[in-house]
Amino acid sequence: MKGNFARIGLAGLMITLLAMLTTAGSVGGAAAQEKAAASAEVKIDNFSFGPTALTVPVGTTATWTNRDDIPHTVVSTDNVFKSKALDTDDKFSFVFSKPGTYSYFCSIHPKMTGQIIVQ
Amino acid sequence: MSQSKKDEILHDHNHDGIDRRDFLKCMAWAGTGTLCVMQGGVLKSYSMSRANEWNAAKMAGELSFAQISDSHMGFNKPANPDVAGTLKAAVDKINALSIQPEFLLHTGDISHLAKPEEFDTVDQILKGAVAKDVFFVPGEHDVIGDDGQQYRDRYGKGTKGEGWYSFDKKGVHFVGLVNVVNLKAGGLGNLGSEQLEWLEADVKQLKSSTPIVVFAHIPLWSVYPEWGWGTDDSAQALSYLKKFGSVSVLNGHIHQIMQKVEGNVTFHTAASTAFPQPQPGKADSPGPMKVPAEQLRSLLGITDVNFVRGQHALAIVDSQLG
Repeated sequence: MKGNFARIGLAGLMITLLAMLTTAGSVGGAAAQEKAAASAEVKIDNFSFGPTALTVPVGTTATWTNRDDIPHTVVSTDNVFKSKALDTDDKFSFVFSKPGTYSYFCSIHPKMTGQIIVQ
Repeated sequence: MSQSKKDEILHDHNHDGIDRRDFLKCMAWAGTGTLCVMQGGVLKSYSMSRANEWNAAKMAGELSFAQISDSHMGFNKPANPDVAGTLKAAVDKINALSIQPEFLLHTGDISHLAKPEEFDTVDQILKGAVAKDVFFVPGEHDVIGDDGQQYRDRYGKGTKGEGWYSFDKKGVHFVGLVNVVNLKAGGLGNLGSEQLEWLEADVKQLKSSTPIVVFAHIPLWSVYPEWGWGTDDSAQALSYLKKFGSVSVLNGHIHQIMQKVEGNVTFHTAASTAFPQPQPGKADSPGPMKVPAEQLRSLLGITDVNFVRGQHALAIVDSQLG
């Protein structure tokens, strides 16, 4: 009996180990994917959005940070999102849960334009 | 202090072959304003940097007023950590002028972030002006967050739409326009059809000999579109003023003095009382220009742009302190 248990125990251990390795692999992969979808940064400086066009996966939280010494806003041309006035170091975030192309501009300095492309 | 006065023609508007000169050195800084004098129906403007040298007799006219602009109350970055101080200096300078203006025109960006305390502070400082009447138009900073509702609550009495209006002083017709609301992505300043229709009706019945002064925040001529220094539909506005012999347009927004003549229209932009901005294309962006402390003194009050009307074109004469 002891021997049988031992054999089952060993097989069980091996199965568990195998399962762990597989899960570990997929958990690692999922974690990496979540990280990429988590956040994207847009820097506002010198009267421009950097990068001007940014492509991100669905579910990304984009954060705009104003590094300029003049206030700016982030306003979607299709009324999807609208920040209040951002002074130096102020931030604005928006979660892009639907795919599409989102054009935006600074309502104070309308020559400043940008795009978030969500795929 | 020794003084060498060099009068040079700077802007060759009609390509008369007159010498050009680096306008960078000629940029009036801040803490100052412009005195406007209507002489024989023609508007002449004088930067207040050299006001102590004015010849009051030569500058007499039917009407005089002062233009200040871009006080940006609330701005506190290195380019000027004390915008209240420099606004007060401008008011003190106006009060001390040998020719007293009858009223003040503020061409916008009164505040920096459209905060109540910012407007309050400007009102408080302007109460110290001898000239009690101040006429305003909003800048894009004054309409942040509420499309100008607070601006109109404070300064919009008797105005229409987004805050446009007109009034008469000694036979001169003044028109205050709003070109900083409903701005479109990638666009410039914008007047809009409702305001344009109002303007057309407002000036229709006036005699063509009536001197006209139009004031708005963003320049009504194309100074530098890349930086948003222009108004998309200003041509239509100017078309309604074609019949008038003397039209002067006063603007702010660009934080430097520029003047231009186009037919019967002369355009003037004012310096900011808060901080200077770079010349078109001379920097990455039109942000606040930091001036080294040691150069500040030499720049402050060093430049004087006298507007002298010539035969065909505007001759901008620069008198520089040696």
